[in-house]
Amino acid sequence: MTYTSLSLTLIFVLIPLLLSKTLKLGLEKDTLIATIRSIVQLLAVGYILKFVFDAQSYIYIFLMVTLMVIVATLNARKKGKGITGITWKIALTLIVVEFVTQGVLLGFNIVPATAQYIIPISGMMIGNSMVLSVLFLNRFTSEIASHQNEIELILSLGGTPKQAIHRQLMHAIKASMIPTIESQKTIGLVQLPGMMSGQIIGGADPIQAVQFQLLIIFALLTAATLSSIMIGFLSYPALFNERMQLLEVK
Amino acid sequence: MNTSYEPAIHFQQVTFSSNDKMIIKSITGSFPKGKITTLVGPSGAGKTTLLKLCNGLSSPTDGQILIDNQAISTYEPTALRRYVSMALQAAPMIEGTVFDNLALPRSLQGEKLTEQEAIQYLQDVGLDQSFLQRPTNKLSGGQRQKVSIARTLINQSSILLLDEITSALDRQSVQEIETLIATIHKKFNVTIIWITHNLQQALTIGHYTWVMMDGELIETGESSLLNAPKNPRVAEFVQGVNV
Repeated sequence: MTYTSLSLTLIFVLIPLLLSKTLKLGLEKDTLIATIRSIVQLLAVGYILKFVFDAQSYIYIFLMVTLMVIVATLNARKKGKGITGITWKIALTLIVVEFVTQGVLLGFNIVPATAQYIIPISGMMIGNSMVLSVLFLNRFTSEIASHQNEIELILSLGGTPKQAIHRQLMHAIKASMIPTIESQKTIGLVQLPGMMSGQIIGGADPIQAVQFQLLIIFALLTAATLSSIMIGFLSYPALFNERMQLLEVK
Repeated sequence: MNTSYEPAIHFQQVTFSSNDKMIIKSITGSFPKGKITTLVGPSGAGKTTLLKLCNGLSSPTDGQILIDNQAISTYEPTALRRYVSMALQAAPMIEGTVFDNLALPRSLQGEKLTEQEAIQYLQDVGLDQSFLQRPTNKLSGGQRQKVSIARTLINQSSILLLDEITSALDRQSVQEIETLIATIHKKFNVTIIWITHNLQQALTIGHYTWVMMDGELIETGESSLLNAPKNPRVAEFVQGVNV
């Protein structure tokens, strides 16, 4: 695509701007900020990726993945502010997800060990885990707030923190995983997944595009399950003190 | 309070603060062993917090609590909570049947409750065996509270803490629960600490009473003190509630 044709796509930004102004939605400023940010961020990523792909050095791959983990952690931890040590717990979860998914993909030679494969797949896995962690933490804190009586009941009958929180933990893990599983049930029926569409537009064979998409959605299942369960089991002990008392969740 | 009784629980200058707010203010006093002590006072006096301190659901910010003359901090938390049981005001239930709830205290220790035992506990609280398989969301307020009491009995605790267990019940259920507590006290010879808003209940069921206001222990003694309080604030409170 030429830069001329790319600049013509700005028509798609003008339409919402005009509509927002006409209907007094007040979204002009946000739309402009979003447009500028996407141009700057994506172009920067594009140039960085081009540099990393050309260099084909594992150090750059490592630095890129580390940066992804840091940004995703900082983003997800906002939802778990009341949980002590939430930052390292999320970071550890994302690192494990990355190791397990890349371990299988590279270990079994499913994809070549090059930056072109490792970086985009890592981005999808880490990004998905980040969303899952946020979903989980949201659900978990609201489950605890609405079932505090039940948790105190089990503690007061001589149960351990793990026994007291078991139901809320399982509910939150399950609830945070449901969107991933549900979205896979209708995949391809309504809209084509972004990565697959991108490959097809880029000229790839549709069957090959489907094969890669399947690889991604299967890996995402593991990423989703691992993140919910890990963040769950790492975070619940921080809700109790050493006298097995439920601390206030903020 | 009459000191000829051995204390089951003793508070020594106990203070409890949460979020910079002092909820219990340097309380010193004892709950006599094998007796029923009622805990009365206006809402927000810190009564529920005081009960939670007794079974380790909370810990004092300052001061010392002794259970059977032994510092509460030396008890392992789960063992302490089995020794000092608590029936919560809302009588929360886990999802499932009455039997699931009765079996809960045992299952938390990896043990089983037989159906025969469950029926016996139901009978102890005046419910027949037809309740055993009933889902807990099909119980009336009074039945729910009875199941909660039966569940509290399963750990065979020496001390029972009751947090306003009759406050949401109709008159008949209140009477049934009062009789039930008196029977349980006799049968199991347990120490009972009972928060109540009902001063008549405190007079008829309780042997002793603690009057709390604004986090402080204002007056203690035999329940009859409620008929003639020495402290003017207690007198005003009692008059307001109309014994």
